Amino acid sequence: MKTLESVLIKHPFFENLDKPYLELVTGCAKNVKFEAGQFICQHDDEANQFYIIRHGKVALEICPPGKAPVTVQTVSEGEILGWAWLVPPYRWHLDAHAIELTRAIALDGQCLRKKCEEDKNLGYELLKRLLPAIGRSMEATRLQLLDIYGARD
Amino acid sequence: MEGMENFSPTDPMIPRSYRVKRKIRESHDTFTLDLQPDNLEEKTNFAPGQFNMLYTFGVGEVPISISGPMKESGHILHTIRGVGNVTQALNNLKIGQKVGLRGPFGNAWPIEEAKGKDVIIMAGGIGLAPLRPAVYSLFSQRQQYGDIALLYGSRKQEDLLFHKEFETWRGKYGIQVKVTVDTGDRSWKGNVGVVTTLVPRVSFDPSNCIAMICGPEVMMRFSALELTHAGLTEDKIFITMERNMKCAVGFCGHCQFGPAFICKDGPVFRYDQIKPFISTREF
Amino acid sequence: MNKSEVIDKEGLNRLIQILIGRGYEVVGPTVRDEAIIYDQVFSIEDFPAGWTDEQEGGIYRLKKRSDEALFGYNLGPHSWKKFLHPPERKLWQAQKEGLDFDIIPEKPEHKKYAFLGARSCELHAVAIQDKVFMQGTHTDLHYQALRKNALFVAVNCGQAASTCFCVSMQTGPEVENGHDLVLTEVLDDKRHDFLIEAGSEAGKNILKEVKAKPAGEGDIKKTKEIIANTATQMGRKMDTENIKELLYENLNHLNWDKIAERCLSCANCTMVCPTCFCSTVEDVTDITGEHAERWQKWDSCFTMDFSSIHGGVVRNSTKSRYRQWMVHKLASWQDQFDTSGCVGCGRCITWCPVGIDLTQEVGLIRKSEPGQSGILSGNEGQNENS
Repeated sequence: MKTLESVLIKHPFFENLDKPYLELVTGCAKNVKFEAGQFICQHDDEANQFYIIRHGKVALEICPPGKAPVTVQTVSEGEILGWAWLVPPYRWHLDAHAIELTRAIALDGQCLRKKCEEDKNLGYELLKRLLPAIGRSMEATRLQLLDIYGARD
Repeated sequence: MEGMENFSPTDPMIPRSYRVKRKIRESHDTFTLDLQPDNLEEKTNFAPGQFNMLYTFGVGEVPISISGPMKESGHILHTIRGVGNVTQALNNLKIGQKVGLRGPFGNAWPIEEAKGKDVIIMAGGIGLAPLRPAVYSLFSQRQQYGDIALLYGSRKQEDLLFHKEFETWRGKYGIQVKVTVDTGDRSWKGNVGVVTTLVPRVSFDPSNCIAMICGPEVMMRFSALELTHAGLTEDKIFITMERNMKCAVGFCGHCQFGPAFICKDGPVFRYDQIKPFISTREF
Repeated sequence: MNKSEVIDKEGLNRLIQILIGRGYEVVGPTVRDEAIIYDQVFSIEDFPAGWTDEQEGGIYRLKKRSDEALFGYNLGPHSWKKFLHPPERKLWQAQKEGLDFDIIPEKPEHKKYAFLGARSCELHAVAIQDKVFMQGTHTDLHYQALRKNALFVAVNCGQAASTCFCVSMQTGPEVENGHDLVLTEVLDDKRHDFLIEAGSEAGKNILKEVKAKPAGEGDIKKTKEIIANTATQMGRKMDTENIKELLYENLNHLNWDKIAERCLSCANCTMVCPTCFCSTVEDVTDITGEHAERWQKWDSCFTMDFSSIHGGVVRNSTKSRYRQWMVHKLASWQDQFDTSGCVGCGRCITWCPVGIDLTQEVGLIRKSEPGQSGILSGNEGQNENS
């Protein structure tokens, strides 16, 4: 059975992270499991964790009032779920629920936040990795905005 | 180009007589017409990527990519989205009714060039229709190709074309098929997000790979970009262009895109050759 | 080298009658609506004797000459494409039969045209359209039928207009190819006749029947002088060096915006240009809905819906449409047909209501290259290309 550290070390997010930091992060990590349909977080919950999805699929949803919830993005194997844990006011922006049985590594955001304040280098290393992922997500969202397959006039 | 027929009868401007053999509803606004020539001796050969000009009496003509079938079989499939006068008229045709057909025109997907390589096919919306003959072509010589992946995105789950075939494609022909939609509801258990996000999820060797992309121009540009980030060079990426078309034989001048006539130099283009033009606004 | 002969005005008339006798519809220059246009002619009486044309950007005027030269003018708004690639043509018709229909193609016309008065630049233009319609993947059977039967009686220009630039486009003024017969008008106090040479077997055949006199060395020398003199009169010059690369690399040049401020998108240039070939198709039905026809008509890339797709238009702005025309004419055409699309006839300059001069515009793009890469608003300053 793989140890948490061996899984994390292989993940692109932690590539080239100094060993002491990696150990620190591993210390804040644990395996979690979500059943199909289970909510991982809801809009405005405190964002104290972020997840690396190992298996399964998570839907990010927005629920407009009086309407059925709309899935705006899915997060799957190998992808990161959550960035609000590092950015005030540390609250989840969307609802996330597992579409199917999902296993993930949960990282204690609250703990890591504190460590980042103490060691700014750690903070920079984490932000350096988080920002490109958010950037790609933003670009993808912009394409969705264009509604490129939309009905022709 | 190998395997390509450019049908040039006495006059390429005269439509030939075809009949609707079958009509398949694909989604709320998209349907497939299965057409058979009146003249049973007429060959229905075409190369994947080619298109025909379909004519309905008194309304007009429209270029439609050929979307199947697998081998030369005496009939030709066209998947059409009913958005204008002619396409709506095509939608109103009854089984057995006649259409005028000119073609096949245009060039083909690089099926030959892809031999011995991995293949990535990226389709957006109705873009899967012109790519389906390419997929069938790859299947007919499956062992000549490496890893094959189909990445397909559409607006909503109801708009996904040919989805009933995907399981066969995965199982029988061993290709990776990944599908996504722009937005989904609770009944959709698949991916949500743009089709470019599927690229990191399939396995292929970027140094030995050919990509074929078809969809709205924006989708093709960003898909090509994503593929180059994944390690493909632009000369291994092929897209298909669309412009106004009137004659389809290089005389009317409407389909020009820079120096290329889309009706005869295209519609399939190698990405590096048209990138400077595709990036120029209003070109 | 075909032998040179001489005919007088009577001889020229004889030539016309011979052509008519052989079943040709003779088309030549004539004055109509204050311009010299091409139409069916029956004798030299129909020619614009004693007329010349004064041309400048946006200006065309007929002016009386001090002599009675028959070919003392340059080019009017018509070109031979009006006959070989007509403005309107029926392609086929369809008749409804219950739920079915039958298509009845129009057969290609086998009319025989004799084009009298064609200039060197015009012959080059015809050769260019031959490439478009007969040497591509498909053949336009109607164009081919008319073209195969067409006879060209060319004329060496005795003068150049201020909008002419055939010399820099290497398309004239001397007629060298594509003609069946070529005339050079020689007119002074002592004589008014024409040096005539055949350029093909058909031309030789006809020339025999005309019964011309052999030309003397003096005659040949005189005509060479006339042509050389014409070559010095070019009013414009196109710098064609690397013009394809120049335009491809400057698709966002500031100058396109400047042109767009003046261009009315009126499409005159495409109508008068002898090489412009774009067309559209029109499907029409009668009131009963039982009968449909498909027509081919001239079209212009300057029209709003030329580039329409999906309910939108690719080239929305005048700027993009002018750019399309000029880049096609001078650059893309070379990749498509191995020649320039421009023959230096200058008609687009003359007939542009605001006198846009493409030789000048190329010069402006060239002058500031490298440097400006163009910002959309003309008011912002010019940037250095990094």
